[in-house]
Amino acid sequence: MVVATKRAREGEKLTTIQMYKRSNGEFGIRNHLLIIPTVICANQVANRVMQLVPDSVAIPHQHGCSQIGADKQRTFDVLAGTGKNPNVGAVLIISLGCEVIDPAELAREISRTGKRVEWFDIQSVGGSIKAIQHGTQLAKEMRAELDRMEQVAAPLAALKIGVKCGGSDATSGLCSNPALGAAVDQLIASGGSAVIGETTEIIGAEHVLAQRAADEPTKQRLYDIVAAFEAEVTRMGEDMRGGNPSPGNIAGGLTTIEEKSLGCISKGGTTPIKGVIEYAEALPQDGQGGLYFMDSPGNDIECVSGMAAGGVHLVCFTTGRGTPTGSAVVPVIKITGNKQMYERMQDNMDVDVSDVLQGGLTLQQAGEAIWQGIVEVAGGKLTKAELLGHTEFSINRIGPSL
Amino acid sequence: MKERVEQGAASIVMHESDDVATALESLQAEQQVVVRIGEASILMKLKQPIPFGHKFAIRALPAGTEVRKYGEVIGRASKAIALGEHVHVHNLEGIRGRGDQASKGG
Repeated sequence: MVVATKRAREGEKLTTIQMYKRSNGEFGIRNHLLIIPTVICANQVANRVMQLVPDSVAIPHQHGCSQIGADKQRTFDVLAGTGKNPNVGAVLIISLGCEVIDPAELAREISRTGKRVEWFDIQSVGGSIKAIQHGTQLAKEMRAELDRMEQVAAPLAALKIGVKCGGSDATSGLCSNPALGAAVDQLIASGGSAVIGETTEIIGAEHVLAQRAADEPTKQRLYDIVAAFEAEVTRMGEDMRGGNPSPGNIAGGLTTIEEKSLGCISKGGTTPIKGVIEYAEALPQDGQGGLYFMDSPGNDIECVSGMAAGGVHLVCFTTGRGTPTGSAVVPVIKITGNKQMYERMQDNMDVDVSDVLQGGLTLQQAGEAIWQGIVEVAGGKLTKAELLGHTEFSINRIGPSL
Repeated sequence: MKERVEQGAASIVMHESDDVATALESLQAEQQVVVRIGEASILMKLKQPIPFGHKFAIRALPAGTEVRKYGEVIGRASKAIALGEHVHVHNLEGIRGRGDQASKGG
């Protein structure tokens, strides 16, 4: 637990963190053995294997079949991106054998990182029991290989983080989001990369964000993705309010999507937005770091899963109402500006910056405390979500089931 | 917002051009509060209880007025709002993401 205090250390000059080196030159802050079911039909076998192999993580999901086109591609991209995430050391893919997501193609795509990837299908192996046995043998062998890896000193500039807010209330925009923004500015000043998303939650604030676009195409793209989303709301013929802001946001004092958005955007800090990337698209690696925008839904799990698929090492997640969510392959650092909630839900909260609202901390000091939390978690300290076994995973859909 | 919140402040105004303050503690109806707006302060009386994190009007807002927080428009007054009144979903509506109005041609 990190509690922000006035003593929060100023500008520690850290330049390296101990990480796992991958054969493609990337570094991971965790060393997961990931078990991917290609389709919902393989979830149970994947879960059983996970239960039998300590320190493995599975990502059961609802998708992988009866999908076509861009919707099928998006499911593939999220599964592949999660496998390619630098926190993942090796991947076991479990297929049913007749689904639309091709396990061999998925294995090939993840293998491009150089990590070990194995796959098999339940139909060929001969049913659930044999598949569980076969998968467990493979997974135990892969886990043992990963356990022999040692960490090396990696440059701080290698760090890529996602920023997200969920279960927001008025304190999010007043305090935890701008404090997180200060931490993001510090990461970027250190050469690192960050990604902010939630297209739905910049509606009404896109003109503020667009002023920070590094170039004209990025600015136009920000306006375009918001317009596309708003057109979808128009097509549905509904008021966003009630869905977003949600009932909890409203109880917490947020009245309109514009108000929520204006409070949301400060979590990205103040640096230029270098580009807009697709949901689950890998963050550009030009060696310069910087801030990117991912065109993603506001939904917490879908957004965090998309960022993890984009290759971030961890996600900083602000909340005022309180939420326990974690993620399968990336640590999620929970940050709050709501003191009462922090006291109720300490099990789930990592960093308390609520003292900003009592005048005890400046936003800069709160940002410093968050930055310290990021460095500790990147160095191996487990988040509350990791300690509690939160491994939420969800894939954004853009088409109907067939 | 200023870098540091004033210690013990009961509410905060995020930008000088704002029409609303946000309560930093639960406030009571009829309570007198001092609200800081930039360098100036105003003394005003609240019309309703304002829960922590909720907003109240720091000036009278006729129906249809665009209402500001963070120095930006957060919606439109759906009815006249008096000084010191609770500002929330009952009297402030969103302008954006209104598929309901688009479907009525409004």
